[in-house]
Amino acid sequence: MDFIAIFSIFVLACFVGYFVVWSVTPALHTPLMSVTNAISSVIIVGALIASAAAGSASSKWLGLAAVVMASINIFGGFAVTARMLAMYKKKER
Amino acid sequence: MEFQSILSAASGGHGLAVNPWASVAYLVAGVLFILALRGLSSPATAQAGNRFGMAGMLIAVVTTLLTHAPATVDGALDTIGLVEILVAIGIGAVIGIVMARRIAMTAMPQLVAAFHSLVGLAAVAVAAAAYLNPQAFGIADAAGEIFTVSRIEMGLGIAIGAITFSGSVIAFLKLNGNMSGSPIMLPGRHIINLGTLAAIIGLVAYFTFDQSPWVFWTVTGLSFAIGFLLIIPIGGADMPVVVSMLNSYSGWAAAAMGFTLGNTAMIITGALVGSSGAILSYIMCRAMNRSFISVIAGGFGADAGPSDGGSKEQRPWKPGSAEDAAFLMSQADTVIIVPGYGMAVAQAQHALREMADQLKKEGVTVKYAIHPVAGRMPGHMNVLLAEANVPYDEVFELEDINGEFAQADVAFVIGANDVTNPSAKTDKTSPIYGMPVLDVEKAKTVLFVKRSMGGVGYAGVDNDVFYMDQTMMLLGDAKKMADDIVKALSGSGH
Repeated sequence: MDFIAIFSIFVLACFVGYFVVWSVTPALHTPLMSVTNAISSVIIVGALIASAAAGSASSKWLGLAAVVMASINIFGGFAVTARMLAMYKKKER
Repeated sequence: MEFQSILSAASGGHGLAVNPWASVAYLVAGVLFILALRGLSSPATAQAGNRFGMAGMLIAVVTTLLTHAPATVDGALDTIGLVEILVAIGIGAVIGIVMARRIAMTAMPQLVAAFHSLVGLAAVAVAAAAYLNPQAFGIADAAGEIFTVSRIEMGLGIAIGAITFSGSVIAFLKLNGNMSGSPIMLPGRHIINLGTLAAIIGLVAYFTFDQSPWVFWTVTGLSFAIGFLLIIPIGGADMPVVVSMLNSYSGWAAAAMGFTLGNTAMIITGALVGSSGAILSYIMCRAMNRSFISVIAGGFGADAGPSDGGSKEQRPWKPGSAEDAAFLMSQADTVIIVPGYGMAVAQAQHALREMADQLKKEGVTVKYAIHPVAGRMPGHMNVLLAEANVPYDEVFELEDINGEFAQADVAFVIGANDVTNPSAKTDKTSPIYGMPVLDVEKAKTVLFVKRSMGGVGYAGVDNDVFYMDQTMMLLGDAKKMADDIVKALSGSGH
């Protein structure tokens, strides 16, 4: 994909992010941080490519290390978000 | 064979754009991440949103594993390579889930800071891997010469990633108490910081002409250093801004790597996370009436207060006991509870909820008022109250409840201070002047739980509420005080 196409996606995504995040209720700002944390670990895609590629041993091990770090974030981030969200309850009537 | 054909398509080697289905899959993942954040607009839809996020991540990971499966020289699947990757994911999964299960809710700011540091370090590792093996990422020509635009993206990715990592480590140490929360001021730090930043930008620009290792690793090293230097002078109560800012950086780091790989899932996510953190930083700054620059410049609260210290202790104030507080609140129609960081430190949220339950039994209406910067991260108080089973429809934000203090019989302030200080509205010389505050002084009675009269809040300013006629100071540990009030209430109720 050429740079301009990708850059367009980026700019539009920034606007989507702006509107979506302003609609998040302040009571859920902590889960917002933990879930954004989990999804920013989509960087694992780059880590997987590095670990699978032949040609450079140091690149591969850096990739595997990044896979471990990103996985901690993905599993930990989603799990802790789920744990927090399960605690938010409405008043019993 | 389907799998083999995907595999051979990918081994053609130009990034991720080769297989159109892979591009579609990444786009779907990106959309699911948008839905994950969208779900957080209400606690009722948030859990479904979180599941969308998990689905998006699963799609992104599986797609990458299929299109970039480890292959041997003749193109067959490299089983050992695949097992190594799966083991790496498994190790991460175990560590992550154990951490997520064990962490105390009061320690959530530290956990988030720790997770940010991992995103940063992972970004650095990926950028370094891409630098060392550019052909595998499809960002270099046959001679190993990296494309110019990729060099900029990579340079930015590693710089932002390294700043996120080292900054988050410092934030973690400060939040976790391994390092003093008070600002550490280096002499000439503004010059050092600006110089380092300029050097990083200059070197990233130079990297487009010269891809030699020293440029790349110097950028990395300087970026690690600037992350430490930037966060060290920032004090503990400014951490909500810092944590949000690092959240934002971790997003921009992912976006920069997304540009390098031409991956839409990473770019969409990076933009979402980047704007999310930026908006949270903005909300936090606004709630303190401070500019982002002044928070980042640091040093707030370090040198405040000695000039007016002389008159501080001489004003009369009224002490009270748990029994007095229990009596006053049980006679009230409406009680508004104002929790702050002190409640988190004392782990008083459960005792506080029991107190509220006792009051509700006596027919008292109980509400909670949350200031946006109460605690050490955005939404910190809400999570703690939710943990203690406080229904979220009893918890109100500053602008929604501030008008109700005038009708309230009791404002019960527990572990908060600066966010209730009326001098923010009247005293132009006060360091917190202009900060929106909770109008607790308008309630008929103010009960103020505080450890001692000696300490002042983070901003180092005295709070006039302590000395007002309708204020009763309840001195002691927040949890013990709440427990004692519960005991007194259950005693009087029968």
